[in-house]
Amino acid sequence: MRRSSDDRKFRLGTGVFAALVLLIVIGIAVELTRQSTLSIAKFGLKFWTTSIWNPVSGDFGALPFIWGTLYSSILALLIATPIALGIAIFISELSPGKLRQPLAYLTDLLAAIPSIVYGLWGVFVLVPFVRKLEVVTPGALKTIPLFQGPPLGVGMLAAALILAVMVIPFTSSVAREILKNVPSAQREAAYALGATRWEAIKVAIGFGKSGIIGAVMLGFGRALGETIAVTMVIGNSPQVSASLFKPQYTMAAVIANEFTEAADELYLHALIEIGLLLFIITVGVNMISRLLIWSMKRRVAAPVITPIVPAEEALA
Amino acid sequence: MMNLVLDPEPKVSVPRMAPIQMNDVQTDSKISVRDFDFFYGPLKVLHGISLEIPARKVTALIGPSGCGKSTFIRSINRMNDIIPEARATGAIVIDGRDVYAGDTDVVELRRKVGMVFQKSNPFPKSIYDNVAYGLRIGGMRNKRQLDELIERSLTRAALWHEVKDRLHASALALSGGQQQRLCIARALAVDPEIVLMDEPASALDPIATSKIEELIYELKDNYTIVIVTHNMQQAARVSDRTAFFMLGRLVEYAETNEIFTKPKEKMTEDYVTGRFG
Amino acid sequence: MTANLRRRKLFSRLFEVLCALAVVIALIPLTMILFYVIKEGAGALNWDFFTKMPKPVGESGGGMANAIVGTLILISIAALFAVPVGGICGVHLAEYPSTKFSSVVRFAADVLNGVPSIVVGIFAYGLVVLPVKRFSALAGGVALGFLMIPIVVRTTEELLRLVPGGLREGALALGATRGRAVFGVIVPAALPGILTGILVALARVAGETAPLLFTALNNRFWSTNLTQPIASLTVQVYTYAQSPYDDWHRQAWAGAFLLVMMILALSIAARVAVRRLERMNRP
Repeated sequence: MRRSSDDRKFRLGTGVFAALVLLIVIGIAVELTRQSTLSIAKFGLKFWTTSIWNPVSGDFGALPFIWGTLYSSILALLIATPIALGIAIFISELSPGKLRQPLAYLTDLLAAIPSIVYGLWGVFVLVPFVRKLEVVTPGALKTIPLFQGPPLGVGMLAAALILAVMVIPFTSSVAREILKNVPSAQREAAYALGATRWEAIKVAIGFGKSGIIGAVMLGFGRALGETIAVTMVIGNSPQVSASLFKPQYTMAAVIANEFTEAADELYLHALIEIGLLLFIITVGVNMISRLLIWSMKRRVAAPVITPIVPAEEALA
Repeated sequence: MMNLVLDPEPKVSVPRMAPIQMNDVQTDSKISVRDFDFFYGPLKVLHGISLEIPARKVTALIGPSGCGKSTFIRSINRMNDIIPEARATGAIVIDGRDVYAGDTDVVELRRKVGMVFQKSNPFPKSIYDNVAYGLRIGGMRNKRQLDELIERSLTRAALWHEVKDRLHASALALSGGQQQRLCIARALAVDPEIVLMDEPASALDPIATSKIEELIYELKDNYTIVIVTHNMQQAARVSDRTAFFMLGRLVEYAETNEIFTKPKEKMTEDYVTGRFG
Repeated sequence: MTANLRRRKLFSRLFEVLCALAVVIALIPLTMILFYVIKEGAGALNWDFFTKMPKPVGESGGGMANAIVGTLILISIAALFAVPVGGICGVHLAEYPSTKFSSVVRFAADVLNGVPSIVVGIFAYGLVVLPVKRFSALAGGVALGFLMIPIVVRTTEELLRLVPGGLREGALALGATRGRAVFGVIVPAALPGILTGILVALARVAGETAPLLFTALNNRFWSTNLTQPIASLTVQVYTYAQSPYDDWHRQAWAGAFLLVMMILALSIAARVAVRRLERMNRP
């Protein structure tokens, strides 16, 4: 097919910029690896299983941070998912038409609030509240490892709560899209068989199951990478603990707090190695979630937007 | 589906709605429709529909696109309730109880009145789970009972032999015609008395269509069937009674062969001879 | 009604109520945050805040003039770099939507979107800070730019694909080169939407703190030098919030208020623009 040189120039010219985006992503992976070689070389796999984090002696173990990240994110997920799904169901299935837009807009507004504002609110409002909660917790409960710890306010519970609030709009807006894409014929079939409203909704959810799981994972990825709001309320103390009340630490938080204080290269490399793991985990979670959402959208015959594909390009 | 291009002021003169002449002895009416109006918001789409649908016969609803036959059939099992701003006046009486009365339980109604849709819509589950759905939400848990009823339904829908060895395969792996028969089996599983079919074969190839038509013929021994179809030959083949709708009104309702050979209204004659529609 | 039916209907009602409750629960933190930000922040906002520099530690008074300007400079750098790169990348994806290369790039943009902002900060650190051994506004702007790119790419691609194909064919038929057709006709047609997308991306990165912590750092003094650390609203609020001084806390709220107002304004503007666009494009 005739491909004019001007066309080729255009394709190449714009392609360079597209390649740049690809390079950035590859660059991140490469740079993170490059800048953590000292730490990888020195500690190897023990890095991930040791709890000692001692910059003075040069002993670094990232276990407390992995623990803190996973604990806070999973807890946040447990809190946020039912609420986010409830919102998605309400907005897409139950609410009167006129309320739909404003409600969707309001929940999306939650997503637009910057992390630092959440952090500020967390420090001055949430933490005192959690502290009060910790103070009134009956002594009997305090003996369980889950509730042990001084009533500082800062700690895992505050972090999980603030993460939950930040995750809700993400999961809910994707879940809403998924539910909107479930063909109404499915719900009609259920109604025609004598289903109640909730039973018909269950059918819709069943149809969109993989997409909804994808939405939940998207929220999980968000929680894993959240830095500022978490570090302001979690207490920043590297310890592995099951307690909701004890201050702990996350991967993102330790990087944020100690990066500029890293006096020697090993210290810096250890921090960056943590960043590398964070990168791998979040990218992995995101990829899985997008795969799930994409596979669900494929199940539904997608409405065809006339592709703007000129004849020559179609044969390219 | 809902492409009601209705003219509130029909330019064609439609005979004043006197009581419909039934051209034969009345059999037991399963569904008795009395002066039924239906509105989407301010738009009136069904005007004073009155007819008696006999038990255990096939009644076909025909008419040009947008004449209201789909809206009407969906009113029988109150599927239109799902649509906001839908309103109905008049009565549809099934077994002596008005479906639109205040104390009607819609969920219960829909177990008694099953529906098959134009495009088959099986759930993304196994064949077994599809047919079992209505039974399960009704509370049936006993596996043996379920197995029996599922076999019976699939047999009645003329699908059993084709799927009996792969009941747990996905319903979506079936062909279009098989999926539609599955949807029929699914509807039959909850043992309705009436089965409504909204253009059940319009999305199918001729062979699958004829299988469905055979099925309908067999089903009427046990069920009252109301079928909407835009295919007049199909109506002629399959039904005992035919009702001709036009612009939201019932124009003529009679024994099928009378509608097609000696219709009383000119409009009916024009339609069935293909002069319009 | 059978007992089974009654139970099912009750369940159905119960779940509907729970879902409504979920909405209420989610709105609680939203209203609380907005309430506190407005209550604490609006009151602390005064002329000084916009015009004065931060006072030395312990002294009260002063403002965040340098931080406000700093944030504006940072997002300008980010836009300067992200808009051309992201925009032209979006153009490529829209013009060649089904090639393998495009699929890979699209995937990469999605991946980039999910990378935590602090990790992007590390990347910018390695790229811009380390080689010259100096923190700089440039590094911060670059980090924010990386964060903006996926949003710009996605918005540009989606909007360009919505432009009717007839426009391109028409331009090409008149003898325009591919480049002229696309950049001269199609992109301008989609421009209002693209600009809106850019505004939304700007709003998002203006609120970022983490990546700036070790790229642009912070600066107590007035500086517009791109090769020096620079103050930013977000980092300043962060620093003040963690301090023990009440006056600084007050100013932190004021900064938060400013951020939220700015983002709200941009998001409302974006919504209005989108709605107007939809109205324009409807035949």
